Amino acid sequence: MKPTDINHPEYFHKVIDCQYACPAHTPVPEYIRLITEERYTEAYMINWESNVFPGILGRVCDRPCEPACRRGRIQKEAVAICRLKRVTADNKGDITQLLPKVPKEKNGKKIALIGGGPTSLTVARDLLPLGYEIDLYDDQNKAGGFMRSQVPSFRLPEDILDEEVGYIINMGVNAIFNHRVESLKEITDKGYDAVFIATGAPKGRDLADLPGRQEGDNFIHIGIDWLAGVVFGHITSIKKRVLVLGGGNTAMDCCRTSRRLGGEKVKVVVRSPKEEMKASPWEIEDAIHEDIPILDNHVPLEFVVENGRLAGMHFDRVTPQYDEEGKRSLVSTGEPPLFMECDEVLLAVGQQNAFPWIEEDSGIVFNKRGLPELNPDTLQSSLPNIFFGGDAAFGPKNIITAVAHGHQAAISIHRFLQGRDMTSQPSPTTSLTTQKVGFNDWMYDNTVSSDFRFSVPTRDKTKTLKDRLLEVELGFNREVGKKEAYRCLNCDVQTIFDASTCIECDACVDICPTNCINFIENSDELSLRKSLSIPANNLEQSLYVSEPVKTGKVMVKDENVCLHCGLCAERCPTGSWEMLKYIYQSPKAYNDNE
Amino acid sequence: MSSSRPGFRHPDLAPNEAGYTIKDYEGGASTLCAGCGHDSISRAIVQAFFESNVPPHQVAKISGIGCSSKTPAYFLGKSHGFNSVHGRMPSIATGANMANKDLVYLGVSGDGDTASIGAGQFIHVIRRNLNMIYIIMNNGCYGLTKGQDSATADKGSISRKGAPNLLESIDLCEIAIQMGASFVARGFSGDKQQLIPLIKAAIRHKGTAVIDVISPCVTFNNTPQSTKSYQWVREHSEATGTFDFIPLQQEIVASYNPGEIAAITLHDGSIIHLHKTAEDFDITNRRKSLDALEEAREKHHILTGAIYVKPDGQDTHDLLSISDRKLNSLDKEDLCPGNSVLQDINDQYR
Repeated sequence: MKPTDINHPEYFHKVIDCQYACPAHTPVPEYIRLITEERYTEAYMINWESNVFPGILGRVCDRPCEPACRRGRIQKEAVAICRLKRVTADNKGDITQLLPKVPKEKNGKKIALIGGGPTSLTVARDLLPLGYEIDLYDDQNKAGGFMRSQVPSFRLPEDILDEEVGYIINMGVNAIFNHRVESLKEITDKGYDAVFIATGAPKGRDLADLPGRQEGDNFIHIGIDWLAGVVFGHITSIKKRVLVLGGGNTAMDCCRTSRRLGGEKVKVVVRSPKEEMKASPWEIEDAIHEDIPILDNHVPLEFVVENGRLAGMHFDRVTPQYDEEGKRSLVSTGEPPLFMECDEVLLAVGQQNAFPWIEEDSGIVFNKRGLPELNPDTLQSSLPNIFFGGDAAFGPKNIITAVAHGHQAAISIHRFLQGRDMTSQPSPTTSLTTQKVGFNDWMYDNTVSSDFRFSVPTRDKTKTLKDRLLEVELGFNREVGKKEAYRCLNCDVQTIFDASTCIECDACVDICPTNCINFIENSDELSLRKSLSIPANNLEQSLYVSEPVKTGKVMVKDENVCLHCGLCAERCPTGSWEMLKYIYQSPKAYNDNE
Repeated sequence: MSSSRPGFRHPDLAPNEAGYTIKDYEGGASTLCAGCGHDSISRAIVQAFFESNVPPHQVAKISGIGCSSKTPAYFLGKSHGFNSVHGRMPSIATGANMANKDLVYLGVSGDGDTASIGAGQFIHVIRRNLNMIYIIMNNGCYGLTKGQDSATADKGSISRKGAPNLLESIDLCEIAIQMGASFVARGFSGDKQQLIPLIKAAIRHKGTAVIDVISPCVTFNNTPQSTKSYQWVREHSEATGTFDFIPLQQEIVASYNPGEIAAITLHDGSIIHLHKTAEDFDITNRRKSLDALEEAREKHHILTGAIYVKPDGQDTHDLLSISDRKLNSLDKEDLCPGNSVLQDINDQYR
């Protein structure tokens, strides 16, 4: 193998598994370390810069960072990254003075944002400091989009949402609320320099063809519409026996909300096996904790309506079968259909995009799936001044992906309106700084905690099931938050090797607790991976290969389970190992100076 | 400040056949200088005992005084240990071995502890062929007292002090062979690929197994002109051959050309394979082994690997016809069987 190019900005970024996995590339270890130092406000602002909604995401993020967390590979359970984000939000001080300054003098360009969800808000936050004038259109009376209309308050209290949405609106967004945009032409006619469309995936899938659907219509509801109805107070109760169809997070929100509105026997029925449910494992757990059984491998057959009332549903019992390519099909077990009694049904079987308000002759090209044709890098549509983001761009994803789209769209819109090159992307901002303070003394705490993951305390369900506004999770207190923060392995503190000064004494090899370091004859990557003292079988993790040392061998480090404990550097007699902190900031419109 | 070693090990690292994890063979954090060869030897010991499936509580580690003799604190933390008097490790090992011959005895010593103050103990324990592993962590200097030249420092070698050593050096391997040691090897702390199989073979060998391990002292004796520096040893070492150790239980799958390989069966059926580099070298021939050492010395080379092996020797217990039962299991009735037994013995002489 050639020596690893550690100057490539993505090499060490990839070593920081959590940050790499985060669509918005939040510098996770950096903010977690600040929690251990009780510097909550700074920790919050690091989050705010990257993911814009730390208090919201600290509660309801899909957490792609946690399955990626290195600790999960050495101790099963990842660091509670998401809940630590909430710790920063819960304990921060006043941040208003830390928010970016918006110039009074505008730059003369005007942008319309359609839809007031997390994507549009991110675009606004990134572009307002650059002097753009921004009009934001939304049909609700407040911004927040589906974070407001669909995420129940017992998971995300309204005041948290209002606070973080407010930071951005108050930066000077010209918000046009209670205004449903019915025509794109209406907007473009106003002469905006660019239009950004982030209207989500607002249409809940129906099971229109299922027998009994029409007759039972009064008792059958589309999940996301029903959740919005609850939030806005149009729906205040549900009957006792409820079936929720679907296995995603919307289904979990539906069933848990039902339990709070009078549903006593609430069941979730899923077509697929439990293991393949789309809902996050922790949300499934929370539902089960609230006495909601989840029945998998049941395909709905028909709604049974008797005397004008919904009596129940028939389901076909199935087993999953997989063909050679691993493709799954659900095959009936041949047993007679199962009848489940119920009074109401909530359908949470998927969401779709819908752009009925975009005129057919608008010039925006849509693909077969009804999604706009976009340049995936710039999010620019077939009309150069119109950009898409969030669920409206590539179908339903999650908040943190929406935020990432927002940052990208802001960069693209800025470049477009400045007449700059759209074919290249700005580079991330990176830095490497030494962590050495003195002899075996580091700026970060290199002791590796052996604590297991702490669980978040919750309110008693006898209370929370009575009040849909009462938040279930209480969050870590400072003390536990700090202990959890110490579980972070500081993967951003990189081990950097200098082959020219190495005397090959093996001190690093001997001390490394997880046998990452090897001095061996160079070879191709596959042979190297096999010939390490412990074979490097995790192909997603890089090998760090040095220039040859004096004997002609090379140092090969398997990054997979490096604990970043710094012992290699502590035991190196010649200072050939250094511990340097790698800070990676993904590009933002306001620092795109290339 | 400097932290202790984290408690996590590589998740792919399975326990050995005896059911122990690598952690069961590790010890405390080293307080030796960073880069000390002794730490690498400690690690090789951990690895060799782990791979040999020796239960940690079946090992007794005994040392004298010096940097080397501190190392038993850094490996085999769950084994028995005795940090004894300067140069007197062999006596303590002998006593322990007499009491319980069933343990694996690992003596750890340095060049000062063995070649100077303990030279007498060293040669006599070898003469008795006490069943033990005798590892010398040999750095050619007294690291614990600021690096004075030791008795194994080669004549002319220059340590950090800057003055060449005036005195002749002691070659511990040669002395060991002359004293009748039944297993003599030389290793290098910077070459675990060779050292670990040597220690594994020594564990299985019956009798005194001497391994002289050159172990650079990074602080006082790692100058380019020192014959015990990392650089010098790498440039001047000459292996007797590539060394394989095949434990009894393991099936031999590789096939070798018989002309290139020497196979030596140890008393328990384990086999040492030596892929010879020199054609006429026979490590079971004492005179050829001594010749090989002298020839290497003339060329300013350092001969490493297994140097001499006599697999069928008798150890101290055999030589002295000591009870088959370990002595610490003999109780009063065994030792004082009573008047009638005494009468029977006396009757034999009437």
